[in-house]
Amino acid sequence: MSVRHALLALLSEGPKYGLQLREEFEARTGEVWPLNVGQVYTTLQRLERDGLVESDGDGQDGPQKGFRITAAGAQELTGWLRTPSDMSSPPRDELVMKVLVALRVPGTDVRDVIQVHRRYLVELMQQWTRIKESEAESDMSLALVVDAELFRLDAVVRWLDAADGRIKRGADLSADPQATTTTGTTTGTTTGTTPAVPKVRRRIGARR
Amino acid sequence: MSVLEMRRVSRTYGLGAAEVHALNEIDLMVDAGAMVAVMGPSGSGKSTLLTIAGSLEEPSAGEVRVCGQELTRLSRNARARMRRRSIGYVFQDFNLLPGLTAAENVALPLELDGVSARKARLAGLAALEELGLAERAASFPDQLSGGERQRVAIARAVVGERQLLLADEPSGALDSVNGEAVMRLIHAACKRGVAAVVVTHDAQLASWADRVVFLRDGRVTDQTLPVPGPESLLTRGSGQ
Repeated sequence: MSVRHALLALLSEGPKYGLQLREEFEARTGEVWPLNVGQVYTTLQRLERDGLVESDGDGQDGPQKGFRITAAGAQELTGWLRTPSDMSSPPRDELVMKVLVALRVPGTDVRDVIQVHRRYLVELMQQWTRIKESEAESDMSLALVVDAELFRLDAVVRWLDAADGRIKRGADLSADPQATTTTGTTTGTTTGTTPAVPKVRRRIGARR
Repeated sequence: MSVLEMRRVSRTYGLGAAEVHALNEIDLMVDAGAMVAVMGPSGSGKSTLLTIAGSLEEPSAGEVRVCGQELTRLSRNARARMRRRSIGYVFQDFNLLPGLTAAENVALPLELDGVSARKARLAGLAALEELGLAERAASFPDQLSGGERQRVAIARAVVGERQLLLADEPSGALDSVNGEAVMRLIHAACKRGVAAVVVTHDAQLASWADRVVFLRDGRVTDQTLPVPGPESLLTRGSGQ
């Protein structure tokens, strides 16, 4: 998450002090992302260096030093808001790696491995839902942050469900090579055995 | 006290080579005021579990008690009475009668149970009012949005003295905002003492439950631990 752009967004409402920026940042993000005051001042110094904000200019850092956004800062903020985040290449996801590795470790029930992670994710989602239930109804920022987290975790659970189903189907087909001709669930003209362990044929870019 | 007790419940369809074990020695207890979600893929036995819990289907083996009464020991009429008085159902596709207004749909189970039409109507209106639908009481189902229809279905499921609410993908046909509203209503019913079982493959839906039970191939394979307080997430300081 970009603290730099979040501070620019807060300053776009009008001049503010460093401490005030920290408090408003936490309040606007539902207090889910705590920010230490040192990080606020370091970021403000860089923004000032880059000409994106201006300070009162007395040279004294501290809680009473005020900051305002410059025209270049406003332009930078607008550009950032309208630039999609880079999601073009898959992240190097530890969970995906664990499932892929579990497929190849002898004596490992990969569906049990999947279930351990599924349960953990659902337990996390239960905690976020409690927050939504108890606090987020009256706090729009918190509701949006909690929704984002729930949808993110939900996507991972859905991937685990899909992986579970795909692995089960692969195992069923391995046990019964004729199954593809009778179930009618496979695509194309495949009629032979399908390997239980999928092979990744293409090398795809991974971002960290 | 457990409103629903399922002990070593199995359900088998077919015979010999065609035998299918839809449920295999399931144990499930749901106390008054608790919401339990049952998660699992298609074919894992979720819906069979729900129909047996609701006495719409009999188990091949095992014991099912609702409000302390063992269902298999009840006569057919007594089971039907139990269904009308103690158990409410919520389905994905609402299952409202199109020729009845919202209020009449909600009052119907009470009228079928012998409550006078006037009393049933008053109870129906009260249930609708509790769910914020008082002004839609005279509307027919096709005049309501999907979210409103499901709220009417929930009102019908909890009207009277119902103690057990059984829901099958209750927000499956709704968008996420209406789906959340539906789960809030079921949650509120639980806070008033109703025991609820929600079967779903949707983790967001399941996360409203106090406990999530995972089914696979007709067996309970896992369940969540009690949920810690929200402070465990809010003070963690992730994302810095």
